Amino acid sequence: MSANSAQEHAGSSVRLYAWVWTWLLALTGIEVYLGYVNLGTNLMLTLLLGLSVIKAVLIIAYFMHLRFERLSVFLTLWPIIVLCIALILIFVFPDSFRIRDLGTG
Amino acid sequence: MAEAHTQAVTASLWGGGVRPYAMGSKKLGMWLFIIADALTFSILILAYAYIRLASPDWPKPFAFSPAILGATLMTFFLLSSSLTMVMAVAAAHRQEHKRAVRYLLLTMLGGIAFIVLHTREWLHLIHDGVRPFANPYGAAMFGGTFFGLTGMHMLHVTIGVVYLGIVAYGFGTKKFKSEDIEVCGLYWHFVDLVWMFIFPLVYLLSVKP
Repeated sequence: MSANSAQEHAGSSVRLYAWVWTWLLALTGIEVYLGYVNLGTNLMLTLLLGLSVIKAVLIIAYFMHLRFERLSVFLTLWPIIVLCIALILIFVFPDSFRIRDLGTG
Repeated sequence: MAEAHTQAVTASLWGGGVRPYAMGSKKLGMWLFIIADALTFSILILAYAYIRLASPDWPKPFAFSPAILGATLMTFFLLSSSLTMVMAVAAAHRQEHKRAVRYLLLTMLGGIAFIVLHTREWLHLIHDGVRPFANPYGAAMFGGTFFGLTGMHMLHVTIGVVYLGIVAYGFGTKKFKSEDIEVCGLYWHFVDLVWMFIFPLVYLLSVKP
């Protein structure tokens, strides 16, 4: 890679990172705004978690560079943790509602 | 013939010198650590959600100033430190040692600002009488989940700042390679990522009405 094209590459990656950073800040601003709008707890939780997942994907894909790694890296690392969390959600939360609704804590 | 071919393939895969994921062992090791740590934080967040769902009188103590304003500023510092971290990695790959170290120091500064603001928030709550198993607001476990979750995160940020310092020194004195900066960056971005869940779930869902 010549010095010129290396500089161009560096310039374009700085622009990309700054763009991602701006988006992350904007999404944070939206989240804070949502904190002060009177929405129902369920809708609020869904929106906040949705925005957080988008922010997490931006950080993992661009800042952590996973988008530019081999697909096998992503497939090895992420599906298993999603499965683990889903299993915990299925088994744990019904119990939490039981404690609240029946007062059997 | 087929057997000889199988043997050759097996030998080439297990004989070393092959990178199936096209990344070094340090980087792969950090990714595996991050997945394990992500599960640790997931469990802490789920424990918080579980206890909150089971407690009808969960408190909402966070006023706009200083709590929400402080937490928003902390988010800003962490996100900005992630930006300076990717700049450090990019500079390190271009072998610009001084620039990379400068960006690493800026990243540390972002982390320190986060720790200072968070400590202030903790002291404020402790002054209000919040303890791990008792508080003047409502559900007794509020303190336990808040201090447990944010404390674990703050511990990660503190370790991250020390890690950044060591890597900055090592790269500045040319003992470490650019890959070491990249691996350290993965850790730092992960710490940032975890905060992206703690901030809305702990703070924004408990805004003082």
